[in-house]
Amino acid sequence: MKVEVDYDKCTGLGICESLAPDFFEVDDNGDLILLKADVTDAELGEVEEAINGCPTEALRLHRDS
Amino acid sequence: VTVSRVVVVGASLAGLRAVEAARKAGHEGPITLIGAEPHLPYDRPPLSKAFLAEDADEPPHFRTEGDLRALDVELRLGTPATGLDTTRQVVLIGSEEVPYDALVIATGADARHLPGTEELDGVFALRTLDDSLAVRSALDAGARTVVIGAGFIGSEVASSAAKRGVDVTIIEALPTPLVRATGTQMGAAIASLHSRNGTSLRCGVGVASVEGSGRVERVVLTDGTIIPADLVVVGVGVAPNVAWLEGSGITVDNGIVCDETLWTGVPGVYAAGDVASWHNPTLDLRQRMENWTAAAEQGAAAARNALDPANARPYGTVPYFWSDWYDVRIQFVGEPGADEVLLVDGDPSDPDSTRWIALYRKGERLIGVLTVQGQAEIMKYRGLIMKGASWEDAIAHADKRRALAADKAAANKMASAG
Repeated sequence: MKVEVDYDKCTGLGICESLAPDFFEVDDNGDLILLKADVTDAELGEVEEAINGCPTEALRLHRDS
Repeated sequence: VTVSRVVVVGASLAGLRAVEAARKAGHEGPITLIGAEPHLPYDRPPLSKAFLAEDADEPPHFRTEGDLRALDVELRLGTPATGLDTTRQVVLIGSEEVPYDALVIATGADARHLPGTEELDGVFALRTLDDSLAVRSALDAGARTVVIGAGFIGSEVASSAAKRGVDVTIIEALPTPLVRATGTQMGAAIASLHSRNGTSLRCGVGVASVEGSGRVERVVLTDGTIIPADLVVVGVGVAPNVAWLEGSGITVDNGIVCDETLWTGVPGVYAAGDVASWHNPTLDLRQRMENWTAAAEQGAAAARNALDPANARPYGTVPYFWSDWYDVRIQFVGEPGADEVLLVDGDPSDPDSTRWIALYRKGERLIGVLTVQGQAEIMKYRGLIMKGASWEDAIAHADKRRALAADKAAANKMASAG
């Protein structure tokens, strides 16, 4: 599975960073950096929390076919 | 006992998340979502920020009606719940009874109004989509605007008005705004963003009256000053929406009193969002939040627990809110009730300093952090508070980040010089 960021929606509020810091980090300009996109089963819980926690609904999980 | 009928009262963020979480948890029985406003659930933060400052066409609805139909939710919008009978397990909408096995109360909070202004046109709170649309159209018409209350909502409205080129005056009764939310030192610092951006802010003076015949014409202050006004926006806080629960047996004390699982103590009844006062196990404090993150998370947690009370899980969080003023982002994590507030980055008294970071200490522990334009920093501190970091650890972290930033700045300088 891969996590994707919709940069048109993201405003860098950073809740994802506090819930899944291995995946997300906001930089000095307030822009979100995706540190890695591939999500293992073990990491799924924290990434889902980040997705649900995003006030701009900018994160999505893309299931590999 | 399996829950068959889920009722959610309150069709804003917490209510919507309750409905979605109930389905996600595998609940297949009927769900009814009762809302006072006629609108589909919508997002409130933009109403005083981007939606007010810019000309977005579409209201910030979370979901389409089709999305909600796909969840098989019975929508009762524009029909406020008027009562609750916890013995017979029914929610009342007037004389109509809506039975439940599990109930999530997410009726939120309503804006406080100024007494005596109800009959005047041109006086608004800013809480609902309708409020935002009305204020936006008045701003669009170039209304001379007075904002009463320099808290977050009032300040956001003032900055959105300024972005539209409208002249604004903010009136604040307290000598320093935002003291309850951020403490005295940082309240004053943040309030200085108004003067930095050319907005007039008058503190320590009350409003004697808001006057006009039919429409608002002027605001009279307690020191006798008269400010002509075509639009008055009142941002003096909110009150939890609990009047409909009178006589229900639900305990109310600054919101609905819940335990750490968001349970009200009445079988089957949970609460979430601005209306819920719960024991936050992460900070070991009783709190009632008025922010997006808590509403979203509590809505989902309350629904999951209501469906399976025997396995109810505590909901704990390090509170988080943000506010956008002018082009500045203010962020806060944790709790402002501190023994000490220490500025670790920036200098609010220096006009060239635009990024400020303040740490809040309670005992020996880091309890809160405020940043202004510190987007890269704030969530690292949220992580520290979650872990229960000591004050010493927090200071060490701040030192490390400052050193890192200095290195980065030096490297950039070298690169641009070379």
